[in-house]
Amino acid sequence: MPHLNAAYNLARWLMRNDHDAEDAVQDAYLRAFRFFDSFDGEDARAWLLAIVRNRCRSALAQTPRRAATAEFDEGKHALDTGAPDPESVALRKSEIHSLRACIDGLPNEYREVIVLRELEQMSYKEVATAVAVPVGTVMSRLSRGRIRLQECIASRLKREVRQ
Amino acid sequence: MNCESARELISPFIDSELDAAQAAEVERHIQTCIACAERQFEYLQLRTRVRADAPYYSASEELRARIEHALHRKAAAHERWRAPWGWIGSAGAAGFAAALLLVFVLAPNTFYSGKAGQDVIAQEVVSSHVRSLMAGHLIDVRSSDQHTVKPWFAGKLDFSPKVKDLAPQGYVLTGGRLDYLDGRAVAGLVFGRRQHVINLFVWPSSKQSGSRLSTFAITGFNIVQWPEAGLTYWAVSDLNAAELREFARLYSE
Repeated sequence: MPHLNAAYNLARWLMRNDHDAEDAVQDAYLRAFRFFDSFDGEDARAWLLAIVRNRCRSALAQTPRRAATAEFDEGKHALDTGAPDPESVALRKSEIHSLRACIDGLPNEYREVIVLRELEQMSYKEVATAVAVPVGTVMSRLSRGRIRLQECIASRLKREVRQ
Repeated sequence: MNCESARELISPFIDSELDAAQAAEVERHIQTCIACAERQFEYLQLRTRVRADAPYYSASEELRARIEHALHRKAAAHERWRAPWGWIGSAGAAGFAAALLLVFVLAPNTFYSGKAGQDVIAQEVVSSHVRSLMAGHLIDVRSSDQHTVKPWFAGKLDFSPKVKDLAPQGYVLTGGRLDYLDGRAVAGLVFGRRQHVINLFVWPSSKQSGSRLSTFAITGFNIVQWPEAGLTYWAVSDLNAAELREFARLYSE
């Protein structure tokens, strides 16, 4: 099964829960199987991820509230930091939690380009294919998305310091 | 370059997505501008954090199995449709997918012949190759022994394909399966070359004589076809064209 992890990673970040992500990925693979005549042979991963993204987008459009309120599940993503010092463990835990919460809080169009660029390590051209926008748009969305992410992390840090 | 325009380019700069001239300009600017240098540092730090701390969610084995199962069912329905004796029986059950396949795969075959016919078959060969990889249905009989694979076809086909192991030359026989192409059951032989899979399809054809290799390239796949002893051989792979031709030449020797 080609690119299944890439497909699932993108779907999971977009849908924000396992169940919806799995449904979207299965649906996308059946569609890919059916429509691969439209595949131009250039980049199978980007082509497949474009289908995954479309499935996620339309699923999100149907249930906007449910997806938007999906909360980060602390217990499910319990961290093994391996550090013995409880204070630094707590700090590290909150750092990681902040980052995930901030990525989850980004609007879809920023979240998807950051996931594809940083986690899938795709080129701008590949991201452009997967997201179906011009390369210039990928460039500006990544730029803006990074600024937003940076601001979110900084403001959470400030809040924590104040507490 | 002023600060305003440089700021927009720092993100693509750290992604190595600027052309050489732009990258040099941004680099020069960063050396003289503390604010932009800080921004570059922040971006790099952010990248490190995201790559280290944001989880990469991998698909569960259960999801993989679920999708494979669903694709198998689809592939089976598809094959029933394409087999000439099955289409009436499954017409009711076959839905949109089969209708599309009828349009794309079967219909052109009935309207064209000659060279166009070869192109249509080449497209079918690619389709079978991709489907075999996607549905994970690559092999019915798994063996690297040509003397196991060849007899396996005996009761299943009305012809006997040549089965040749080219492991010494780097093309390793991994098994065989039945497939449907050009409106009939055909032999599918599977070879491995490094990470690449080669499907070699064989069926009887009286259309051609001689022993010339024909090559096709469709949607990123290379195809080499040659006739031999009343059979037609079609090799398809994402392997580069030169090596696939070498494979065909060795096989047809």
